[in-house]
Amino acid sequence: MALLEVQDLEIAVRTKGKLLPVVQGVSFDVDDNETLGIVGESGCGKSLTALAIMGLLGGTTVRITGGNIRFDGMDLLTLSDGERRSIMGNRMAMIFQEPMTSLNPVYRIGDQIIENIRQHQKMTNAQARDRAVELLSLVRIPNPSERVDSFPHQMSGGQRQRVMIAMALSCDPKLLIADEPTTALDVTVQKEVLDLMADLQTRMGTAIVLISHDLGVISETCDKVAVMYRGRVVEAAATENLFAELAHPYTRGLLNSIPVVDSDVDWLEAIPGRVPTLEEELTGCAFHPRCALVTKLCATSVPQETEYKPGHSVRCHFSGKVAP
Amino acid sequence: MTEPLLRVIDLKTHFRTKASWMFGEKQLIKAVDGVSFDIAPGEVLSLVGESGCGKSTVGRTLTHLEQATSGRALFEGRDFLVMSPNEFRPLRREIQMIFQDPFASLNPRLKIEQTLGEPLFIHGLCKTWDEARAKIAVMLETVGMDPLVMKRHPHEFSGGQRQRIGIARVMILKPKLVIADEAVSALDVSIQAQVLNLLKKLQQDSGVSMLFISHDLGVVRHISDQVAVMHEGKIVEIGRKRQIFEAPQHEYTRKLLESIPRVKIGKEVA
Ligand SMILES: Nc1ncnc2c1ncn2[C@@H]1O[C@H](COP(=O)(O)OP(=O)(O)OP(=O)(O)O)[C@@H](O)[C@H]1O
Ligand SMILES: Nc1ncnc2c1ncn2[C@@H]1O[C@H](COP(=O)(O)OP(=O)(O)O)[C@@H](O)[C@H]1O
Ligand code: SF4
Ligand SMILES: [Mg+2]
Ligand SMILES: [Mg+2]
Repeated sequence: MALLEVQDLEIAVRTKGKLLPVVQGVSFDVDDNETLGIVGESGCGKSLTALAIMGLLGGTTVRITGGNIRFDGMDLLTLSDGERRSIMGNRMAMIFQEPMTSLNPVYRIGDQIIENIRQHQKMTNAQARDRAVELLSLVRIPNPSERVDSFPHQMSGGQRQRVMIAMALSCDPKLLIADEPTTALDVTVQKEVLDLMADLQTRMGTAIVLISHDLGVISETCDKVAVMYRGRVVEAAATENLFAELAHPYTRGLLNSIPVVDSDVDWLEAIPGRVPTLEEELTGCAFHPRCALVTKLCATSVPQETEYKPGHSVRCHFSGKVAP
Repeated sequence: MTEPLLRVIDLKTHFRTKASWMFGEKQLIKAVDGVSFDIAPGEVLSLVGESGCGKSTVGRTLTHLEQATSGRALFEGRDFLVMSPNEFRPLRREIQMIFQDPFASLNPRLKIEQTLGEPLFIHGLCKTWDEARAKIAVMLETVGMDPLVMKRHPHEFSGGQRQRIGIARVMILKPKLVIADEAVSALDVSIQAQVLNLLKKLQQDSGVSMLFISHDLGVVRHISDQVAVMHEGKIVEIGRKRQIFEAPQHEYTRKLLESIPRVKIGKEVA
């Protein structure tokens, strides 16, 4: 049994009196010491999936409407609020895209880390402060015993993101969910943050879910990948196997859209059209209006997840018939 | 060698911040600190570098949105940084700017035809609305949009469509120089590829020169003839695209190129 198991997750959004599905039949699992990448363009349901795991989908507009989420053997969706709160921030932690919005600008970063530690662990203020300094040095903030008294605005974007990682690690989580943790950062800083996460994983065996729209980031940092398109996982495999043979037309289109730094092409092979909005009703395969391989069947019937190769699943009526 | 369309010589744009309790004493920020480059007619020069290195400030200074501290910028041989607003006005049509989201700064109540049409009248490019609509229809088709969208409002469009309209708004004025600041950075990759192809095609067909500002080296490689790498207000390396990407000389250029995460394709399946 894996540490995190997500099975047939369904999430719906209520807009204008209608309940619209935004995440449909999403399944994956992640083990200790393993990094799962979730990749896809904006609006495909990556963040909602992450928030669902973290138990952060409150309110009435967005709701989990089906499926299971099991963490360390516990069914997260049936836990009481109290039980869930003790798991959150203690054994599971999350990092968001924009660290400035998750750090409070009027408190020193040390105090914010200390508060976080003391919420979950019995420690005196002095002990927690020592731990905060230790964590800052772990995420390679220079002069941690001085920087612990800095305000968020006194740090660079990369440093703030490292503070967020320190905060997330403050209670030795077994699972870390990072939602576009480096999207707002410069490439050189992105590299430092990703290297840091990989290094921490090696040392502590943390399971990581890394959400990104960047196939390069995913390729370099993840053990396995789930590609999402409009609320569904359309292709999933071990990273090596996925990039060895992209079996879904969308994954291939996504890769061909990227202008690469290592070679010249005259024209990019762009995917035509755009991702349909939530309100646009679609029958059959959600990718069919943009797919070069579309047939009549695609427009009427939703492709089921099929095994393309062992450990490599695809949602396409013609999986494997993608032109190389 | 042909005369450059744009020649920038030792351009400096410095900002003086006010003293405040939070940031302490007032500071001199050397956002652009001695930048020189040429853009030949029909060529694309990219400015690439990390956040805060001064890329946008170069673009904003060249369009009179910021005041240059010193240096010169010659457009067809004439220094236009020292021009008064009145003298600069005729150049406004010839030097156009495309932003990350061109509609963020626009009046949401105006229809697309007003947004695209009014500059045509201002610059004397047409006399009647019939004439304007005909031009707008042709331009919208050129950027891959249905001419009927001219009756609609900005909020009805997706990010990619908005950027197509933003490009149409600039190209309809037949500029000689386009300054594009992170023009495709906010778009999802599948849409970014479409808009990048469009921009490249329009540039090649019209022969417009372009100053392309971006932090994304892949995008820069795709669109440029020349590349200038900026770091802390200065150009650390400038050259033909091939040279910058295949034989980078400066340590910082190499560091940037090495930091980019790459997709490893086609590894042997274990
Ligand atoms: N009006 C201003 N007053 C004071 N400082 C400014 C002003 N405009 C820009 N700066 C500063 O000048 C420097 C260069 O800014 P600029 O916007 O040109 O960077 P950039 O390279 O475009 O970065 P990004 O990739 O983040 O857009 C930064 O330190 C910025 O904070
Ligand atoms: N709180 C919300 N209320 C209504 N719709 C939402 C909400 N959050 C997300 N959505 C919609 O759900 C879809 C998936 O969103 P999200 O998971 O944030 O996508 P991603 O992270 O992949 O960009 C999008 O269409 C988005 O607009
Ligand atoms: S099911 Fe049909 S439309 Fe969907 S990806 Fe496969 S071939 Fe394309
Ligand atoms: Mg998101
Ligand atoms: Mg900028």
